[in-house]
Amino acid sequence: MTLLEVVDVRKAFPGVRALDDVSFTLRAGQVHALVGENGAGKSTLIKVLTGVYQPDGGEVRYRDEQVTFATPMDAQRAGISTIYQEVNLIPLMSVAHNLFLGREPRNRFGLLDEDRMNREASEILLRYGVTTDVRRQLGTLALGAQQMVALARAVMIDAKVVIMDEPTSSLEPREVETLFGVIRHLHAQGIGIIYVSHRLDELYQICDAVTILRDGKVVHTGTLAGLERIRLVSLMLGRDMAEVRREGATAFSGEMTGDVHAAPVLRVIDLNSRRKLHDISFDVRPGEVVGLGGLLGAGRSETIKAIGGAYPLDGGDVQVDGKDLKRPTTVAAVKAGIAIQPEDRKAEGIVAGLSVRENIALAVLPRMSKLGIVSDSRIDAIVQKYMTRLRIKASSPNQLVGDLSGGNQQKVLLARLLATAPKVLLLDEPTRGIDVGAKAEVQSLIDELASEGLGVVLVSSDAEELIEGADRVVVLRDGVVVGTLTGTEVTTEDLLETIASAAPEKNSPAPEDQYEH
Amino acid sequence: MTQGIMSDPEAPAAVVAADVRRAERTDRIVGRIQRQGALAVLVAVVIIAAIAFPNFRSFDNTATILVAAAPPMLIALGMTFVIITGGIDLSVGSLYVLGGVVSAYASQWGLLPAFLAPLAVCGVIGVANGLLIAYTRMAPFIVTLAALLGARGLMRAISDEGSTTYLVKNSTFRTFGSGSFLGIGYPVWLVAVIVLIGIVMLSRTRFGRAAYAVGGNQDAASLMGVPVRRTQIWVYVISGLLAGLAGGINAAKLGSGVTVLGTGMELDAIAAVVIGGTLLTGGAGTIAGTIAGVLLLGVIQNMINQVGNLNSSYQQVISGAFLAVVVVAQTYLARMRRVT
Amino acid sequence: MSTEAVATRPAIDMARIRAWLPAYGVYAAIALLVLYNIAFTPNFLAWSNVRIQLIQVAPIVIVALGMALVIGTEGIDLSVGSVMALAAALIPLYLGYGVVAAIAVSLIAGAAVGVVNGTLVAKVGLQPIVATLALFVGGRGLALVISGGQLKDVRNPDLLFLGSGDLVGLPVLVWTAAALVLIIAFVVRRTVFGRRLLAIGGNRASSELAGLPVRRVLITVYIVCSVLASIAGILAVARIQSSDASAVGLLIELSAITAVVVGGTPLTGGKVRVLGTVAGALLMQLVIATMIKHNLRPSTTEMVQAVIILIAVYVARERKTR
Repeated sequence: MTLLEVVDVRKAFPGVRALDDVSFTLRAGQVHALVGENGAGKSTLIKVLTGVYQPDGGEVRYRDEQVTFATPMDAQRAGISTIYQEVNLIPLMSVAHNLFLGREPRNRFGLLDEDRMNREASEILLRYGVTTDVRRQLGTLALGAQQMVALARAVMIDAKVVIMDEPTSSLEPREVETLFGVIRHLHAQGIGIIYVSHRLDELYQICDAVTILRDGKVVHTGTLAGLERIRLVSLMLGRDMAEVRREGATAFSGEMTGDVHAAPVLRVIDLNSRRKLHDISFDVRPGEVVGLGGLLGAGRSETIKAIGGAYPLDGGDVQVDGKDLKRPTTVAAVKAGIAIQPEDRKAEGIVAGLSVRENIALAVLPRMSKLGIVSDSRIDAIVQKYMTRLRIKASSPNQLVGDLSGGNQQKVLLARLLATAPKVLLLDEPTRGIDVGAKAEVQSLIDELASEGLGVVLVSSDAEELIEGADRVVVLRDGVVVGTLTGTEVTTEDLLETIASAAPEKNSPAPEDQYEH
Repeated sequence: MTQGIMSDPEAPAAVVAADVRRAERTDRIVGRIQRQGALAVLVAVVIIAAIAFPNFRSFDNTATILVAAAPPMLIALGMTFVIITGGIDLSVGSLYVLGGVVSAYASQWGLLPAFLAPLAVCGVIGVANGLLIAYTRMAPFIVTLAALLGARGLMRAISDEGSTTYLVKNSTFRTFGSGSFLGIGYPVWLVAVIVLIGIVMLSRTRFGRAAYAVGGNQDAASLMGVPVRRTQIWVYVISGLLAGLAGGINAAKLGSGVTVLGTGMELDAIAAVVIGGTLLTGGAGTIAGTIAGVLLLGVIQNMINQVGNLNSSYQQVISGAFLAVVVVAQTYLARMRRVT
Repeated sequence: MSTEAVATRPAIDMARIRAWLPAYGVYAAIALLVLYNIAFTPNFLAWSNVRIQLIQVAPIVIVALGMALVIGTEGIDLSVGSVMALAAALIPLYLGYGVVAAIAVSLIAGAAVGVVNGTLVAKVGLQPIVATLALFVGGRGLALVISGGQLKDVRNPDLLFLGSGDLVGLPVLVWTAAALVLIIAFVVRRTVFGRRLLAIGGNRASSELAGLPVRRVLITVYIVCSVLASIAGILAVARIQSSDASAVGLLIELSAITAVVVGGTPLTGGKVRVLGTVAGALLMQLVIATMIKHNLRPSTTEMVQAVIILIAVYVARERKTR
């Protein structure tokens, strides 16, 4: 049975055709993958389906009737629910209130029945593996648990269609399994699921159909089983299949660049932070790329930030070129030659409202000035240098960074780091959320910088990127270094094994066991 | 598929962090301090005052404090609603004065007009505030700032540039303002009833939950189907109505619509709400806290009056200091809660 | 292709107008108002009138400059009026030690308020509106306590010269304001401090990670704002020839914020329009003057001001990005 049908939908924004005659069909009980690069139109399509945007043309048919949703509430009432990328709940409200917001049980006076609500919330969440006190503030829960609350909420309102926008991006593997269990359960109930993800493994594990978007157009739609992985990727990228095969998944050369005998440029000694980091120690030699491996919440980002002076420490030492950092502040770290690229580019990286020029020069203003007065010619020189070197595509140095594509924003950020002439680069997910072309450029840049003698610390949740990019991988778990992979050990298998062996945990049942009914 | 992973006994452990118990306990304790800190301080101050000033203990003095606190209480109540949605209403001071003038003027037509006229006028300005904030995405701070000017202009326009003071003509209305029941002034009873209604509305109705949701995360609230705009409009209407009513009560008490009071009322109200533990960022707060905050400021004022020859300017200095201490403490408490 | 181009053109023009209006609308409004007054208001261009207008707008401009810097960091400073009162209250106390000493004490008091505001915002992490609210409430109280709540006449000729003297045909007051405008404009455009301020207003977290001394810059901004308010307070005393802590700078925070906002500086930070701020203050002054000249009552003026604020913010409000 066809549940949801999109026919020739168009949507344009000033300067962009976000959706260009897009059509696709979701059947009941189907788990339908929606894939495409950033900017392909996935988010726009989802927003059209959920009433955030109105289409400029074409129609949306839901349960054989043409529908227009004026607001997300309309769509929800009709039975179309969405789980967004970032958990979209109210962190300051209790778990139960979040679950029941807008449909709280009421007593005969029309007032909220808190007891009943809390009781029911506990019962419902138990089925999603969440056993916490439902009166707690939602924001104090782990991300995975928050996401389960969001999902429980969506299912609770009698959804016929559930749209999941990168639901696993912040989950740990075991939480992903719980999520997949829930998805299979929904699938069995005849609920249609639109599943948006960049992780191919997950798609093949959980989805039966796929629609591929590129530049606002549907380039392929059909069953997933018959579609070869490499073909899926090439359809997404619009590149030749042979090219994808030849270039491999990443642009790293895979060569070792570090000099094993050189004195370390960065020494991290016994970093400790209340409950998050415990005695983290490792060295980075000039020219070496040291990967930080581990699962989400293992303390990778915290370690990076702690080294850069942006995370409160209870103890520990950071040395650059054998010298202690005077104070654990970002100012001291930058002065000592540490440059940090944070995970969240928009929130902590670029200054969107300033120009490319101002962004690149931001950290080196004192050097570009005399007596506190800046010299524009000096800034122009350095901006020109890095825009050329990193191939930053902007209409001019005066274009606002917020108007650039994700990849170019990332390059501007890297240019700002490089302008400080750092000795150590701390990169936290440098290729997340940028298109494939820019990804390759950033990866080869990392290689190049290392070969010039920089020490690089690389955090990536993309195992291939970590393995191919790093000379050595320090594996973290729960804020503790549980192993270091060197030389020939730097392989995906060894990485997973180190993470797994350190886990004293029982095995969760293999996914196949559950849905072969 | 009768049994998914959902019934797997191992799964819950995966989702719930290990040190959940401790986190829950800290969360509870800190949450309690945040919510009831103002009450504790109020009790402490009252005890100190009772020991230090014999006159403070008298029933009459308590009644005086309560009567004086009645109009600010109403304004702070409305402000609590607004701040919980993440907004702010700077216009209430002007609306309070406007309400007083309108009420005194309308009292010539009887008791009911004396109550209803300020409600109508200030309610309409509240609607305008709400509409502008909800539909144009302008900052509440600036919209209500404009309303502050506008309402003040309107008040001066109907009072010959502030030179005419309308006397309350209706004697029943005057009795309402100055009379008392069981030794406590009528305004206090009225305000008590309204505050109770406010508490029920905020904590036990969907509208109240919606207010928290809008303040907690507006985008999420809208995606969760909360009627964001309607909620926003209503809180400004409530705030406007209560400020108007407060003005009316004050007019009844004074017997005239005074045109010079009210400058800074909005900031006193904000101070009381913040001292009461409501986060200015929205999404959290209680009316109980606001009551404590208003009474705390009232008691301090009363203590300063008791000292006698102490300049009344000290009131402002102490209020300011209190405000600073409380918000700093709030910030650290909130931070503690976030870390765990 | 050609139909598409035709279809998109109006949208682009609208976008251009919407981008132009918040930035230059204030100048256009001033031009219109000036033309109107030249045509319909007798003696509008008379030097005496221009002079009065400039003297009246000068203190607002000075306070608004500081406010613009604070708003550029995504902050707000409600305490400026209280700082003016504090400065005014201190002047007569220390005038016995000479004008320089009295001014110095007032400026130091202003700087101290700035340190408190800045510390609460930058180190404790309070929202600026709350942080400065404390001193808004307490500051004027303190000023009243210091002055004993009394109005004091000031007769020191040196000080009075600042308020009513002339220099090369222009009042000293106006020269001071003009000089401060130039200094602040230079600071915003050409100095490391100015650029850091804008970056911090644009994105505080990333400025911190880029190694900028965020706290120092923020505290400095609040100090500058308070010192400018002190200057305005001193000049106010010099002009009215008396110190009245209960009246000096009353509600000036509203005028200053209005000038900044009408001048096109967004409340969301990351941008400071110094000349726009001056123009904003001038526009409001012109509006009031025009209405007074046409015998409109102050109450009407206030309501018109309210409408102008709303229009300015409406035009400048951030458009929802896709």
